[in-house]
Amino acid sequence: MLRPFAQKIVIQAIDVERGEFVKENAVLELHGIYKVFPGVKALQNVDFTLREGEIHALMGENGAGKSTLIKVITGVYEKESGSIFLKGHDSEVNIHSPQDAQNLGISTVYQEITLCPNLTVAENMFIGRTKGALTNWKKMNEQADKILKSLDIDVRANQQLATCSLAIQQMVAIARAVDMDCKVLILDEPTSSLDDSEVKKLFGLMRDLKAKGVGIIFVTHFLDQVYEVCDKITVLRDGRLVGEYDISALPRVELVSKMLGKELDDLSDIKGDKTEVKSDGSAPVFEAKDLQSNAGIKPFDFYIRKGEVNGFTGLLGSGRSECVRALFGADRVIGGTVKKNGKVIKISKPIDAMKQGIAYLPEDRKVDGIIGDLSVRENIILAAQVLRGMFKPFSKADTYKLADEYIKLLDIKTASADTPIKSLSGGNQQKVIVARWLLMHPEYLILDEPTRGIDVGTKVDIQKLALKLAGEGMSITFISSETDEMLRTCSRLIVMRDRKVVGELTGDELTQSSIMRTIAGGDDGREDGNEE
Amino acid sequence: MRKLGKKLMATVVAATMALGLAACSGGKDTGTTTAGGNKTAEKIKVGIINNDPNESGYRTANDKDLKAMFCDANGYDASFAYSLKNDEQITAAQKFIQDGVDYLLLSAADTSGWDSVLKDAQNAGVKVILFDRTIDADESLYVASIVSDMDKEGETAANWLKDQNLSEYNIIHLQGVMGSAAQQGRSGALDKLAKENGWKIVTQQTAEWSAEKAQQIVQSVIDSGESFNVIYAENDDMAKGAVEALDKANISHGVGKDVVVMGFDCNKWALEELLAKNWNYDGQCNPFQASYIDEVIKKLEKGETITQKVIIMEEKGFDASTITKEDVEKYGI
Amino acid sequence: MKSKFVFNKQLLIPLAAIVALAIFNLIMDPSFFKITLGTNSAGHPVLSGYLITILDYGSELAILAIGMTLVTAASGGQDISVGANIAIVGSVILRVLCGTNSRPETLQAPIIVAFLVACVVAMLFGAFNGILVAYFNIQPMVATLILFTAGRSIAAWINNNELPIINEPSFGYFGGYIPGIAIPTPVFITIICVIVIMLVLKFTTLGLYTQSVGINEKSSRLNGINPQMIKFMTFVILGLCVAVAGLIKVSRLSTINYSVIAKDIEMDAILAVALGGNALSGGKFNMAASILGAYVIQFLTTTLYKMQVNSEALSAYKAVVVIILVVLSAPIVRDKLKKFMEKFKKKEVA
Repeated sequence: MLRPFAQKIVIQAIDVERGEFVKENAVLELHGIYKVFPGVKALQNVDFTLREGEIHALMGENGAGKSTLIKVITGVYEKESGSIFLKGHDSEVNIHSPQDAQNLGISTVYQEITLCPNLTVAENMFIGRTKGALTNWKKMNEQADKILKSLDIDVRANQQLATCSLAIQQMVAIARAVDMDCKVLILDEPTSSLDDSEVKKLFGLMRDLKAKGVGIIFVTHFLDQVYEVCDKITVLRDGRLVGEYDISALPRVELVSKMLGKELDDLSDIKGDKTEVKSDGSAPVFEAKDLQSNAGIKPFDFYIRKGEVNGFTGLLGSGRSECVRALFGADRVIGGTVKKNGKVIKISKPIDAMKQGIAYLPEDRKVDGIIGDLSVRENIILAAQVLRGMFKPFSKADTYKLADEYIKLLDIKTASADTPIKSLSGGNQQKVIVARWLLMHPEYLILDEPTRGIDVGTKVDIQKLALKLAGEGMSITFISSETDEMLRTCSRLIVMRDRKVVGELTGDELTQSSIMRTIAGGDDGREDGNEE
Repeated sequence: MRKLGKKLMATVVAATMALGLAACSGGKDTGTTTAGGNKTAEKIKVGIINNDPNESGYRTANDKDLKAMFCDANGYDASFAYSLKNDEQITAAQKFIQDGVDYLLLSAADTSGWDSVLKDAQNAGVKVILFDRTIDADESLYVASIVSDMDKEGETAANWLKDQNLSEYNIIHLQGVMGSAAQQGRSGALDKLAKENGWKIVTQQTAEWSAEKAQQIVQSVIDSGESFNVIYAENDDMAKGAVEALDKANISHGVGKDVVVMGFDCNKWALEELLAKNWNYDGQCNPFQASYIDEVIKKLEKGETITQKVIIMEEKGFDASTITKEDVEKYGI
Repeated sequence: MKSKFVFNKQLLIPLAAIVALAIFNLIMDPSFFKITLGTNSAGHPVLSGYLITILDYGSELAILAIGMTLVTAASGGQDISVGANIAIVGSVILRVLCGTNSRPETLQAPIIVAFLVACVVAMLFGAFNGILVAYFNIQPMVATLILFTAGRSIAAWINNNELPIINEPSFGYFGGYIPGIAIPTPVFITIICVIVIMLVLKFTTLGLYTQSVGINEKSSRLNGINPQMIKFMTFVILGLCVAVAGLIKVSRLSTINYSVIAKDIEMDAILAVALGGNALSGGKFNMAASILGAYVIQFLTTTLYKMQVNSEALSAYKAVVVIILVVLSAPIVRDKLKKFMEKFKKKEVA
């Protein structure tokens, strides 16, 4: 299937690069990889080298080509040209499918769990690997238990995967990959759904594998994690290779500036903005009393003023999202009242909240946010259209105008307004969803994890945008797992623990340490006192 | 899951049937679907397995006839089961056997697959009488079989056509669902005579008993411009569809007209068309087996033996030039 | 720009199928395309010819394809009860027109009344399916299986299992010809239906909503759409389509046969949607492609009748052609073809 001129390149590659391959002790080497999508050059002449016993971070903004490169290595995409070499193979290897990659010892764990939730842990670990029709279930379970135990993963082999936490599911996916005797392990944002201790466990696991000589490609958005565990960093930008660096030779600031492609005037500069949007002690715009939904949160009180940015903080699963979902009517409200400007309003479903000027950017972009097959344009106008009503559609020209306006305003990188949103990178998808809600001109915008799983640049953009909107008088609730983002943007933090509001921090209390203390509870019983 | 779906389906079907029949019986016939509580020892218990009465006018008439005969007033305690599927019919048969019926009356959806259940019936002392359709099973397994002779029906019709002594024969042959007994009998006779007499079959296609499909097939022949002067439709519906197409194209049909129209089954409305001389011939397919069956059962109850296992019902063919109003009333279904 | 590209791509398969069938017929017998003006037995002018036949008999299918497309898009499943519902609708129309006498001399009610009653009944049955699918979350195929099984019995029950026949010629206009107009009435009815749905899609957000719901129900809800309502609506709209198709069907023969009327038409309607390149799992749809798909099926049927294919082999021929068409219009194959074409082009450049 290779076209003649591609073969020419292959031959050259072998001639020139073969010696290097041996010398560097590489397990995986990519040369001159090209990949083109309609209208986008996703990868242009990208080289990449992974050595034995190395943890190698692959860094870049969204749209830089990380995912594409990973998918070329794992056979999800076929490269247009370029060559891939693997240790133990004399010549170039051809990877046409994920199965090929797996057979060659390249294993991948994706950010989204790609296991089968209705099967057991053991079945998930062995699925697609048992030869022949007969399976010895007992043996399989025993073996799975052994592996899980060796990796210190707290789960039984015969437990159904769907009943495990996301973190455990992720660990199982890794266990599956590890057990397949892989030479190359690719971890694509494995940590985004794990808590700190689980991340530690994962890192321990990675170091063990490294000691065994496995080469690990680690894709993440967390800079801290990169510096904690990695040996080398390869940076991509706009589908091109920026360079490969030793971790010790590349300070953080430089890494970020390389990823963004410009000298960074430091993330901290937006801190100053916050002082301008101090809440002024005026009457709240929206107010909730004893609000409770069917999602398992305790009744809570809440208010937000005009132009205020507040936030919910707490550990994963503490009920942050559930609170704002109740405000928006996304979960079924089973008690309490909501007032707007002092008047009681009824919110039982999202459209009610939208009519009251509330917008909600949901936590899980893929499941709750985007309409994957629809175009960027349709995704942008959707909420505003629904608010207008079924019998008042925007004209097609209007939708293009609005979409183009917001694509420009938020700097959304898309081939055109008619590109399906699912083909955009995560950060750009998120911007489309933001655009959707801004188009509605809400009085109150809820941003639930708007920065999760997106690149550094967009993260900063979104935080700045939130502050700018608040400056213009919009009320904003900002939720993020990264407390420094919250500290940067919010003037008031509502702290949650175990599905319950346990405190509220303002002014000087807004520090990492006071948040920690409040979340942890303990001797400072003030917050606990007034709750119980 | 599948099983559940089937069960659900069966329940729904049964419910609908019950509803439909209840509504029907409210009107005219006195037959009941099941005997319910007032079972008495003297009554003869029969289980009747038939095809869906909505399948065709023939079946509707057949079902009505059976219901009218096997009712309380006539000393019967009858239960009915309907299905167009063999496996469902077999299940119903097994249930009837378990319920301890005296007679099992069966119009099978398929000819094969009945051996074991009929053996069960024999062991349980249930006497089996086939009506309307024969099956591929040993004769010892049933006491009588009351059927139409489809071959004879076809022969009667084809011979009638031959007797018309047309100057030429260009025939559109509309077949029923391929493989059904009626189709085979009615097609076979025509094929044979056409070969013997050198008749031209302009087209021979299956319209699957459907008027709409027949209309399209005839339309297609008209569009092609080929000439024809006979429409041999294997049931009345298809003849009607064909006539619709002829009317559209301004081709005259009926007695003394351009095209000879032939149908089967003797629906009342079809016989009326004959009476109006719009059609030429309609062959009977007698749906009234109940009296034959009743006769057989009476004989058996008296302890007599049935000498003739296969009872072929009398069937007529009607010619538009000789049919009378009385015929329409008497034989129309 | 891009949307037009996609739009054309999806129309390409049914269009190509029609062109291929046309070329085939042209080679086999050019007279296939002959259209003649004649008179019918009532003395009125009528056009006839294979092309007219296709347009005429494809009408019911095209109308059903409209509703089926929407149901498929919103619910990601199909309604298999349309054939049975047509039987019900037909039965209702005849019942209203005939009153208690199954063979009336004069109509017992105006045709428009009968049609409106039929519309209400069809929408009720659509609503029944819709409620099961939207509010009880039952798989559309399973939910509609109920009426699929029971529908024809209900139809027979409506008329006490009798076969009404209508002698009033004006009732035949809907499936035949209006005196003085040479084009079959079903063609006009289909054109009206197509115009109506195009206007609905243009002047309401139905298209956007059904696609949103079909692609991502959760997300649609968070955008203020009521997914259950949308699914329910699509089934009611399909009910309306069924009513119109049912009127044409019974008008064609002025009578009804409960067991065979519109038999298997649901499968053809689903096929039309698939031939239009629409994913049967729901989401994005192209209405024009579905409607074209319906005519592809009728074109194929008429061609097979013309070729006088052996009765036993008819369904086999149809199956083969359908498999080819469906495979070609499957999104996966379309993608592959596109890639292949791109590679081919590049090769030429190189």
